[in-house]
Amino acid sequence: MDMLDHISAKHMKDSVPEFNVGDTVRVDVQVVEGGRKRVQAFQGTVMQRRGGGVRETFTVRKISQGIGVERVFPLHSPNVTSIKVLRRGKVRRAKLYYLRKLRGKAARIAEKSEKGDR
Amino acid sequence: MVGLIGKKIGMTQVFDENGVAIPVSVIQAGPCPVIQVKTAERDGYNAIQLAFAEVRPTRADLPTLGHFRRAGQPPHRYLAEFRVDNPGEFETGQTIDVGIFKDVAKVNVAGRSKGKGFQGVVKRHGFHGGKKSHGSKSHRVPGSIGMAAYPAKVLKGQKLPGRMGHRNVNARNLKVVEVDVENNLLLVRGAVPGARNTILRLTAVSSE
Repeated sequence: MDMLDHISAKHMKDSVPEFNVGDTVRVDVQVVEGGRKRVQAFQGTVMQRRGGGVRETFTVRKISQGIGVERVFPLHSPNVTSIKVLRRGKVRRAKLYYLRKLRGKAARIAEKSEKGDR
Repeated sequence: MVGLIGKKIGMTQVFDENGVAIPVSVIQAGPCPVIQVKTAERDGYNAIQLAFAEVRPTRADLPTLGHFRRAGQPPHRYLAEFRVDNPGEFETGQTIDVGIFKDVAKVNVAGRSKGKGFQGVVKRHGFHGGKKSHGSKSHRVPGSIGMAAYPAKVLKGQKLPGRMGHRNVNARNLKVVEVDVENNLLLVRGAVPGARNTILRLTAVSSE
């Protein structure tokens, strides 16, 4: 098993910013468009984090032109160049599937206070 | 082209140069000492016999110990023969490691698949099964298995429920993703037969 971890570790990022479900993040993704690379930003709420080790992914949800858009990023993908936490959200669930049914004001997430109290 | 004996370690994923995640199987491949060289003149065919996974000498019986002593090697748990065209290039006691797959694009990986036990026709043979509802009572049954008074028997080879898995499977043309000579590891794209710690037989696929 340790050899598996050894292989995985080589493909994992040395450090990933600390972020949790409910946070608002901006993810910079490298995309190849017509043969050249550029960086695309995707900003939204982290809905879930799943998997472990090199296989961990996270899902970001945003409302784009009135339509909900969810995108799943492999946490350790070299194409995910940066993850910036813009706002810490206070949530009581590990997966925010309930956001899919909510619109507008109801879909807001309370901001986590600095002390982390309730 | 010569091969190696290996052991399945497990699966994970790696990212390629485009950042695409590739599912890989990690295989502990060798190192395998040559225990015997078989030649057409003496044995009727050309092959080398490789060994894998060293064991303590107290664990081996005397005939086994003698066989390995001829090659000047401690006893190993597994032996396998690989056909070669040029047995003169090998000598007993020489070690073959995963470096032989360095310039190889694809390999075949053979091993014993996981046993699935007694399975029905849907899982075992890919039958579609019957309707799940609308009054149907034939959900996963095989259905008709033959004709009537003639031929008055079930034809041989009829696909029926039975034991599934635990047979030799050869996963062919798996792409070599990475060769780690230092740790004797081979990474191939996709799944290989068996559970973790399954002993595998690795052979290179010629590039034509």
